[in-house]
Amino acid sequence: MNTFRELVVCEHCDHVYRRVALQRGDVVRCSVCGAILYRAEKLSIDQRLALAVAAAVLFVLVNVCPVMQIGLGGQHNAATLWQAVLALGQGAAAPIALPAAAAAVIVPGLQIMLLLWVLSFARARRSAPGLAWCLRVLGHLRPWSMMEVCLFAALVAIVKLSGFLQVTPEPGIWAVGGLTLLIPLLTGSDVYWLWGLLNEPEETSA
Amino acid sequence: MKQIPRADELGLLACHACSLVVERATAPMHCPRCHTRLHGRRPASVQRSAAFLLAALVLYIPANLLPVMFTSRLGSGEASTILTGVIEFWHAGAWDIALIIFTASVAVPCSKFLVLGLLLVSAGTHSRWAQVERARLYRFVELIGYWSMLDVLVVAIVAALVQFHALSYVEPRVGILFFGMVVIFTMLSAMSFDPRLIWDTQDHDK
Ligand SMILES: [Zn+2]
Ligand SMILES: [Zn+2]
Repeated sequence: MNTFRELVVCEHCDHVYRRVALQRGDVVRCSVCGAILYRAEKLSIDQRLALAVAAAVLFVLVNVCPVMQIGLGGQHNAATLWQAVLALGQGAAAPIALPAAAAAVIVPGLQIMLLLWVLSFARARRSAPGLAWCLRVLGHLRPWSMMEVCLFAALVAIVKLSGFLQVTPEPGIWAVGGLTLLIPLLTGSDVYWLWGLLNEPEETSA
Repeated sequence: MKQIPRADELGLLACHACSLVVERATAPMHCPRCHTRLHGRRPASVQRSAAFLLAALVLYIPANLLPVMFTSRLGSGEASTILTGVIEFWHAGAWDIALIIFTASVAVPCSKFLVLGLLLVSAGTHSRWAQVERARLYRFVELIGYWSMLDVLVVAIVAALVQFHALSYVEPRVGILFFGMVVIFTMLSAMSFDPRLIWDTQDHDK
C-alpha cells in the first residue's frame, strides 16, 4: 500500500495539501474550511516530560486534597473531587456519578499516565511498547477530559454557597487550576508528531 | 485561486487516528502505520448523529422539568430545577453566576440542537449553501460541547459539601441525571457527524 508522508488531508473537509517545514509556533490552517491542519511543536520532549511529571504530582494532590471547605454554626465540611462525584452517587441520579467520575478524575488520570509512558520512551528516541494503542486512546479520551469544567464548577459553587455559609478554598483548587493549564497543553493536537515514532513499512512513494 | 484537490477525488484516504495519507483500496483497509481500520467517511454518520441528537432532545424535557437539586435549611426543604436555580441567582443579585449557568445549561445545549439539526439537514441534501460557515459552526459545537457538564459538577460539589444533617443538607435529584445524559448524547452526536459531508456535494454512497 502506498503511503504519502509529504501530504496532509484536512480532516474537516478532505482537501489535500503538501506539508511544509514549520518554524516554532507556526500553525497551518486549511485554506478552504479554516480548520487547523497541523502545527509546529511548541515544546521539546524534555519540557513535555517535565510538565507531565508536574501534572502527575498535581493529579495526586487533586485526589487527596479538598477543593474547598465550608463552615456553618461551628461545623466544618471539606470535599475532594472524589467526594463530589460520590455525592452524586446517592439517590435516583446515581448513574450520572460514573460519567462525572470519568470526566473529573479518571480520564485526566489516564491521560497523564499514558503521556508519561509514551514520553519517557520518546525521550530516548524510541517508540514505547503499545505506542499506537496509547496514542489512539489519548485521541479518544481528549473530548471527555473536563478538568477546566471542574475548576469553573468549583468557582460557581464558591459563589453559590458564600451567600449563607463561610467558604474557604483549599489547596485542591490550586491543583485543579494547574491541571486546567497543563492537560490541554500536553494533549493538544501537536502530540501528532509522536505518531512519527512508529515503525512503518518500508515501501513509500510519491 | 487554484483548485485544491480533495482526497476522495485523488483516490487517497487519511487515517483518522494518525492522519497518515494512504492510497484507497477496495477491500477493507487498515492503516499501515497504526493499524486503525480506515474508512473515507465516518460510517453511517448522518443516521448515528441524528439518533443521538433525537435522544438528547427527548431527554432535555425531563432535564428541565424535574428538579436537579434538593436543599434543606433548618427543616424546610426546597427542590430546584435548572431554571429556578438560574432565577434564584438572578434575584440574589449574582447575575454573573446566573449568566454562566444559563449559558452552560440552556444556551449551549439549545444552540447545539439547532446547529447539529441544521448540519444534518443540509448534509443530507448535499447543499452547497454557506459551506465555510457551516464548517465553522461544527468546530464551534465541538469546542463548546462539554462545558454543559458544568451544572452536573456544581451539583456534585455542593451536595458533597453541604452535609450538616438537621441544620442543612443538599441532595442531587433525578433531573441532573437526565441533564448529564443530554450533554453526553449531544457530544456523541457531534462526534458521529462527519464534517466532510458539508463538502460532499455529489452523492457519496459508495
Ligand atoms: Zn479543511
Ligand atoms: Zn493510522
